[in-house]
Amino acid sequence: MPETIVTLATPKELVPVPLVTRERKLNWITENVSSIVEAPTPLWWWVAFIPCATLALIGLLCIGYQISNGVGVWGENKTVGWAWDITNFVFWIGIGHAGTLISAILFLSRQKWRTSINRAAEAMTLFAVICAGIFPGIHVGRVWMAWYLAPLPNSYGIWPNFRSPLLWDVFAVSTYFTVSVLFWYTGLVPDLGTLRDRAKSRIKKYFYGAFALGWRGGNRQWRHYEMAYLILAGISTPLVLSVHSVVSFDFATSILPGWHTTIFPPYFVAGAIFGGFGMVLTIMLPARLLYPQLDDMLTRQHVDKMAKIILLTGSIVGYAYLMELFIAYYGTNKYEMFTFFHQRAGWNNGGWYNTYYYCMMTCNVLSPQVFWSKRARGNYIVVFIICMFVNAGMWYERFVIIATSLTQDFLPSSWRHYHPSWVEVWTFIGTFGIFLSLFLLFMRFLPMIAMSEVKLVTPEADPHHHPEPKH
Amino acid sequence: MAEYRKVYGLGAEFDGVASLMKAAEKIRDEGFSKWDVHTPFPVHGMDKAMGLGKSWLSAPVFIGGAAGTLTAVLLECIPSFSLYKVIVHGKPFDWRTIPAFFPIMFELTILCAAFTTVFSLMIFCGLPKWYHPVFNWERFSRMTDDGFFLVIEAGDPKFSESKTRALLEGIGGAHVTLIHD
Repeated sequence: MPETIVTLATPKELVPVPLVTRERKLNWITENVSSIVEAPTPLWWWVAFIPCATLALIGLLCIGYQISNGVGVWGENKTVGWAWDITNFVFWIGIGHAGTLISAILFLSRQKWRTSINRAAEAMTLFAVICAGIFPGIHVGRVWMAWYLAPLPNSYGIWPNFRSPLLWDVFAVSTYFTVSVLFWYTGLVPDLGTLRDRAKSRIKKYFYGAFALGWRGGNRQWRHYEMAYLILAGISTPLVLSVHSVVSFDFATSILPGWHTTIFPPYFVAGAIFGGFGMVLTIMLPARLLYPQLDDMLTRQHVDKMAKIILLTGSIVGYAYLMELFIAYYGTNKYEMFTFFHQRAGWNNGGWYNTYYYCMMTCNVLSPQVFWSKRARGNYIVVFIICMFVNAGMWYERFVIIATSLTQDFLPSSWRHYHPSWVEVWTFIGTFGIFLSLFLLFMRFLPMIAMSEVKLVTPEADPHHHPEPKH
Repeated sequence: MAEYRKVYGLGAEFDGVASLMKAAEKIRDEGFSKWDVHTPFPVHGMDKAMGLGKSWLSAPVFIGGAAGTLTAVLLECIPSFSLYKVIVHGKPFDWRTIPAFFPIMFELTILCAAFTTVFSLMIFCGLPKWYHPVFNWERFSRMTDDGFFLVIEAGDPKFSESKTRALLEGIGGAHVTLIHD
């Protein structure tokens, strides 16, 4: 009986899309990533950098003005002691979370598409945490006393209160920044080696060589390197979840209606990842436009997957918003109900910040629903616009949480309006300048894409790979 | 060059991961001990091909992390229990409030573990080491781009300039070169 062999072709939708398209070779990756750093500074870079640096400078001047005059130059009052400053702090620290999610959580879950975006996203994390750190720092008022936050022995014998979530925050944020720097630098070492080996000028060779630490890519180094990377990813994963949980404890452990809820930690973490991915795409899409050669590494697949994460986390955040409303109703606590149904979700400006609440709902919950459509996820203009909504929405969310709960709490006699002063507005705009200036400098001097990691996900890196014979 | 330069070893270049891996298996079976392969990215499966075991970088990290936890326990408990007692929410200030200390214990554990990871990595890899004889080989700069190299040190007891050269050429190594210190 003649044997018939039936070969079932893998269905088209199950064939994995290559992470580096057009079968690019290893050398192509090196050339195209390094050339961004090696080419003379393009004109657009100056056009972008000068305004950003100017804004950063304005922001720093506002900070200087505030430090020399006191917190009174802000619009805050006795009732609303936290306002734009803490809103901005939570906003920026949240943005950082996407970088660590990409570099650590997606590494542990073996999501190989992370390799081409992790470097830039981690850099974004660092710069966002720098911007975040400014706000609580200057909010303390007498900045020169800020060292009291650290548990240092002093001549008064005063120690910080270790049971305070605000002190947990000091530890969480500073640990987060330090560990992110270490993780980022560890990832950079092999790529700094590439730039060192390609450098033409003496200064560059010296600079990159010094930071590459004499990396020589031996397997006796790589095996420890990979273990170190795994450990750093393993410890960064609970760290990133802890950081925004601790930030949410700042609110959740107080007794104010609207803050005093147990849903805060997961809700804040989901929101942070949501806002962070929004910012990653906000930066990545223009970078892709400016450097078309990166198209084969930052593919449609990447944008598509990030859009899906935005959809998922946006929906989690939406669930949290609705659950807060439900619990306010179900709990029948009149202060809680007043906060949610008058100040936040009230109609027709019955509460002072209703408009902000509905902006938040529209931007964070409704706008990402567009990403159910595959066509929308594939259209970069649509993705970019939605990301702008996400960026704005996450700021509104933090402002709504902070301002609505504080302005009108238990005692009507202490109800106060809050309006930001020009100093607060320009300090916030200034942090965007700081963030973007740092990112532009990063693009100019360091490889934006982790070359050694992208090479690892190409077919050539597989020891069992045999190039198919040409037909 | 007239002056005498010490021989560091012999280097060979391979055209891809698969051939480098096969070569590494041969060198391992020949019984060499002081040798290494240099690649632009970590090659999965190479540890086995070279006869290397698991990296025990995790051991110092565990110690570092535990030291971090201990630091936090002491840092929080000594001031809070005895040096500067603060009564918060009318609650006791002794060991019964210990859950409030967990976040800082966690953060310091992570912080110390991360520092130990990075410093142990440097020690285990012998970094920083800005001068190394392999950098004298002009082809070696392709290591960080798309070159795959195998270098056997002259310090290896089985090393012999002519025999090792023949071996490397026999297993498919190209540009077999003597590397000087």
